[in-house]
Amino acid sequence: MAIDTGPAPTTVPEPPPGAPPKDLVMHLWRGDASGGRFQEYRVAPQEGEVVLDVVHRIQATQAPDLAVRWNCKAGKCGSCSAEINGRPALMCMTRMSTLPTDQPVTVSPMRAFPIMRDLVTDVSYNFEVAKLIPAFKPGPRDPDGLRRMAQVDIDRGQEFHKCIECFLCQNVCHVIRDHEENKPRYAGPRFFVRLAELEMHPLDTLDRRNYIREDMGIGLCNITKCCTEVCPEDIHITDNAIIPLKERIVDAHYDPVAWLGRKITGRPVPLAAAEARKHTGAAHAQPAAPATPEPGDIA
Amino acid sequence: MPDSERHDFDVVVIGAGGAGLRAAIEAREKGARTALVCKSLLGKAHTVMAEGGIAAALGNVWPEDNWEVHFRDTMRGGKMLNNWRMAQIHALEAPERVLELEEWGALFDRTQDGRILQRDFGGHRYARLAHVGDRTGLEMIRALQNRAVSIGIDVFMECKIVRLLQDGTGAVNGAVGFWRESGRFVTFGAKAIVIATGGLGKAWKFTTNSWECTGDGMALALWAGADLIDMEAIQFHPTGMVWPPSARGLLVTEGVRGDGGVLKNRDGERFMFNYISPFFAAETAETIEEGDQWYTNKRDFRRPPELLPRDEVARAINSEVKAGRGSPHGGVFLDIASRRTPEEIRRLLPSMYHQFKELADIDITTTPMEVGPTCHYAMGGIRVEADTEATTVAGLYAAGEAAGGMHGSNRLGGNSLSDLVVFGRRAGLAAAERALGMPGDPDVSESQVADVTRHARSYFDNEGGEDAYALHRDLQDTMQSLVGIIRVERELLEAKERLADLAERAAKCAVEGNLQFNPGWHLALDLESMLAVSNCTTLSAIERRESRGGHTRDDYPGFRPEFENVNMITRLVDGEYTIAQEPKPQMPGELSKLFEDGAH
Repeated sequence: MAIDTGPAPTTVPEPPPGAPPKDLVMHLWRGDASGGRFQEYRVAPQEGEVVLDVVHRIQATQAPDLAVRWNCKAGKCGSCSAEINGRPALMCMTRMSTLPTDQPVTVSPMRAFPIMRDLVTDVSYNFEVAKLIPAFKPGPRDPDGLRRMAQVDIDRGQEFHKCIECFLCQNVCHVIRDHEENKPRYAGPRFFVRLAELEMHPLDTLDRRNYIREDMGIGLCNITKCCTEVCPEDIHITDNAIIPLKERIVDAHYDPVAWLGRKITGRPVPLAAAEARKHTGAAHAQPAAPATPEPGDIA
Repeated sequence: MPDSERHDFDVVVIGAGGAGLRAAIEAREKGARTALVCKSLLGKAHTVMAEGGIAAALGNVWPEDNWEVHFRDTMRGGKMLNNWRMAQIHALEAPERVLELEEWGALFDRTQDGRILQRDFGGHRYARLAHVGDRTGLEMIRALQNRAVSIGIDVFMECKIVRLLQDGTGAVNGAVGFWRESGRFVTFGAKAIVIATGGLGKAWKFTTNSWECTGDGMALALWAGADLIDMEAIQFHPTGMVWPPSARGLLVTEGVRGDGGVLKNRDGERFMFNYISPFFAAETAETIEEGDQWYTNKRDFRRPPELLPRDEVARAINSEVKAGRGSPHGGVFLDIASRRTPEEIRRLLPSMYHQFKELADIDITTTPMEVGPTCHYAMGGIRVEADTEATTVAGLYAAGEAAGGMHGSNRLGGNSLSDLVVFGRRAGLAAAERALGMPGDPDVSESQVADVTRHARSYFDNEGGEDAYALHRDLQDTMQSLVGIIRVERELLEAKERLADLAERAAKCAVEGNLQFNPGWHLALDLESMLAVSNCTTLSAIERRESRGGHTRDDYPGFRPEFENVNMITRLVDGEYTIAQEPKPQMPGELSKLFEDGAH
């Protein structure tokens, strides 16, 4: 299970008047699976820095073996997820100027995953879940070898494709953050987004609804929206992915007539129909209404 | 023996960006037992940072477009140094590779009639880049990643390969690496190996490249005896962020200019009109009025010079800054705010909007961006045979940025993503064919394995040496200041001396801590690769006494006929870097006809 990241740090004393800008005080979690603690580092501030810059500077000048995962440093790869002052975020997209300076800045590893070392966690759970997802299965191409889809029909899928797999949504999801035992039967928000993208793909031919209900454990999600709040790509995970998935499953399971109706109006539609809908100005991909608790949900 | 972990495969692919994933998919689908080994987590490779699109002559927006036009644009963009056969294969096969990504779940932006939409980019005659807003690379890597996972490829993540292994004939038969998490060593036996490790930008100070881009694959091939080609050809992307300091070098997509953004100097002048070279004069607008009409009437007007190939634009920006007409932080202005509505900008360029908002606190819908050249791409790389991507070492293949030849001396935007899938597929195919034709298991030499692990661990015994971070900074300063966008012999020779000194110091580099997830140690090993490729780039840059594409010599401006038809080949001979000029492959007559009406 996750580590104890220790007590909250102390406050930083104000420098005397006229002194140069005070050093940044950083409390970085150091340790491994057997345990660890926050260690204090002091570094001079530089203009326009993000948390990852400061962590790198500490690594390059004071702690060469400080383990931190990162790649692009531009918010595009989702490698540098951590908890900054207790709040899950990407280190590369959190500017130091947005953090309070009267107390140390704490950086600790994501809590829902086992520690490897320092700020690096073992996120292999996510890659195991990814292997279980039934892949995209399109029908045949059009006679000229192309595939046609209306932009209006893929807008929602493109929102889901913005996911950079930072796994912050998985990290904050109560179902697994506080209940390790749920991991084997729960895919988590990242993979509900993935399943939603497949289910809403206009050319996909598989029906994954039973699988999502029975094997991916979507009923365990109780829609607290913590995942949506931390998503660095602003994907409306709960409203646009999870709730519509829950609705589809409930419809399929309890009301075949409603499901059929949805199949006709809300699912893959011929291009001409989609175009017609667009031209009449009908809105597409409406935000889902808040869902009422369902029999399958565990509060 | 503690380090006995061993895995045998038919094909081992090193690197899991676009090229590596596509190679592994192909090898697996051909029936080869295939491993994919990568230095980061799966799906984090530098490919995710590609923004603008993937070039393919689909003809969806311009029916006039076809592979011959794409081929011609690519060759002219590369200043004719490209391997013609690679450029031909690329132009021919890119459309099917794009459609295949769609088959695996990619969602490209659409035209009105539901086909794949294509956008304009520098050097491409027609709107040719299939794209997803400005995050095309992410879309591509995810489609490939999902495909690779769904067909059951064995993925070895966060595993750094240190050296290749070779049999008595010199053919590669394996690789030794270590798990970054534990520092424990692992040996892969392989009948064929595909190198798809990407670029080398981390040897420069200001770069668009992520931490992984340390030239590993090029160095692995070089150490195994392979040839590298045209290593002087480094692309400096014209538009990287210049402020704040921590974001300096980050990519600002060419899509900004494709969608109407213009470059201005301190005085508000669209200076690119002063930098139209004779090579491109016939197809470039001469006045602002003409250029601006092109955005809405591409049939009757010529494109604005902001959309010249990247080498031309990068040099122009460099000249403006040098002449004192730059922006406050040493770049120039890239203005889309005055050209498009805020809604359009947010829709067309969502991740640029996000990047500037988050990192620089600048709203690009109201304020021009400050941009300047940044090290972006290696056109040069491992020398390969055009049809099979076979290197000059038996059993070793290379694809993507790690391979050279396809892009000549300058790459057009959008031609990289297509390169990855076209040649990744071909490399995987050729590697699988070789492996499936070989009986038995690879016979890896245990003594070679022991030599590699002993060497890799030796950094922990180097007491009193400098640390890897300081050495890396020195290397970056050297390459940035002496082997940068504008080069001159005196500085290149100085770089060569400094690199020799750095190599000596790096050999004594001391690492603190233990084997477990130790970035200082990882960097010490990455430095070996960076030093090797930096040496090759510097030697090639000295030897090519002309200016061509991404290689600009202040002391030898312009093309020179004696370098028109030669490639720069670097290789290791008895542990020494050597350079040789070798004739480039000659294009057959039916293709060279395509260039007769051009300026070249």
